[in-house]
Amino acid sequence: MIEVNEIHKHYGDVIALEKVSLSVNKGELFGLIGPDGAGKTSLMRILMSLLLPEGGAASMSGYDVVKDYKQVRLITGYMPGRFSLYPDLTVEENLKFFATVFGTTIQQNYHLIKDIYQQIEPFKDRRAGKLSGGMKQKLALSCALIHKPEILILDEPTTGVDAVSRKEFWEMLKRLKEMGITILVSTPYMDEASKCDRIALIQKGQLMSVETPQAMIKSFPEDLWAVRTRKIYDTSKYLELLPALISVNSFGQVLHLVTKKGVHTSKSIGQFLSQKGELDYSIEPSTATIEDLFILLMNHHKQN
Amino acid sequence: MIPSEPVITVRNMVKKFGDFIANDNLNFEVYKGEIFGFIGANGAGKTTAIRILCGLSSPTSGEMNVGGFDIYRQTEKIKQNIGYMSQKFSLYEDLTINENIRFYGGVYGMNIAERKLRTTEMLERLELTAYANRKIGDLPLGWKQKLAFSIAILHNPKIVFLDEPTGGVDPITRRQFWNLIYEAVEKGITVFVTTHYMDEAEYCDRVSIMAEGKIVALDTPEALKKQYNAANMDEVFLKIAR
Repeated sequence: MIEVNEIHKHYGDVIALEKVSLSVNKGELFGLIGPDGAGKTSLMRILMSLLLPEGGAASMSGYDVVKDYKQVRLITGYMPGRFSLYPDLTVEENLKFFATVFGTTIQQNYHLIKDIYQQIEPFKDRRAGKLSGGMKQKLALSCALIHKPEILILDEPTTGVDAVSRKEFWEMLKRLKEMGITILVSTPYMDEASKCDRIALIQKGQLMSVETPQAMIKSFPEDLWAVRTRKIYDTSKYLELLPALISVNSFGQVLHLVTKKGVHTSKSIGQFLSQKGELDYSIEPSTATIEDLFILLMNHHKQN
Repeated sequence: MIPSEPVITVRNMVKKFGDFIANDNLNFEVYKGEIFGFIGANGAGKTTAIRILCGLSSPTSGEMNVGGFDIYRQTEKIKQNIGYMSQKFSLYEDLTINENIRFYGGVYGMNIAERKLRTTEMLERLELTAYANRKIGDLPLGWKQKLAFSIAILHNPKIVFLDEPTGGVDPITRRQFWNLIYEAVEKGITVFVTTHYMDEAEYCDRVSIMAEGKIVALDTPEALKKQYNAANMDEVFLKIAR
């Protein structure tokens, strides 16, 4: 449904996208996971025909994003990272505007937005600029959906949004996916990766990995240990001296220790800590999260 | 963490915007040298409370003391004794690193010798000495955030307020940022921080959870997890806020 083939883009001497290739299948919920400045927005703007690539090609539902930009815009819904509705128009006026531009009406496609729009309908006469963050987000999504797009492109819809509203937003996306809409969504929150069918990890304009979240976690190539201790800071300083160490990072109150595959056991790490005078701890093998993999790949890319 | 003297005392804090109650009778203390987390849904009233404690907005009623100063009569004193880093990036993009430091040093009334000394220390710590004459706008987000924090504590304030300092930052830089927070605490600075990352809530000494203008829970992460029978702070938050 979305085909990206060796897309290249730079701004001055900053490379935004370096020969990026990926394809998103019809009906898939695809996540683009990476921090600010990784290239997520550039890629989405190129797919939306709002930015020209310098090399490579991309198509949306078979339409070339450069040549067929008019068709591309008709079949896609786009929610940019920054709130971009009209703050001086009311909720209902904004929605009506977007419906009219695309030659449709609110009534015609109401079923698509019903679940989402109903939550803000009590405020339909309020100016969009006066809405809370969560309500703005719901209105923006409604406006992106009102022309019944085949593909939805959402640029960091959950950034700066609290944990509860984020969960609700992902539930909405799941329902849209069930209606057959292909969704490409970006996020800097690694814990949201598991909500996607497939994800791409992106950093400094390069895709580090493209897979299902489950396969990605399985692919973690090293050993990972969860270390619990009262003195997190001291223990992590000791562990930085452990032979065959790859990294040690805090994940809440737990330390994630990554060591070269097959070198250590819980016992050998325990002995090392005891030698350092650290006695109050527990160590157990643990499963990697997407954030562990991202950190590993980031360090790997830095060295190369 | 052994409770020491409070550096922030809040009694019956109320803030209304017309009919809307943004802060509904808040009561809490923040102790010296503590990392105090402030979490809650968007619109729960976190930013409103922080703006009042920084002397940027006045409360409707209640008694508040920040760093030994009264919130109604001594807001200028409060501003001299705190640092503030807002969720919207707060350095000047068109100025260089050095120019930003000089500007903020001036705002905080630091003398030149002290400012120069602290600038050198800070740039070495951040490994940015070679970039001192680069414009802020040319730097990656992670560097900017670390720099904004370091400048917020340049004048060695009693308390630093951080409003979502790590949003959108990569996972490695996010952890480096927290190391800077720990270093500030070592120097005796009290940290008041808001975040949407629930793993970061676990790095705080105590966490208060706000919902609809009220504080609905306030304790150590450990005690909260026990109380709500939850494996982590994410579960605690979902149980309380839903």
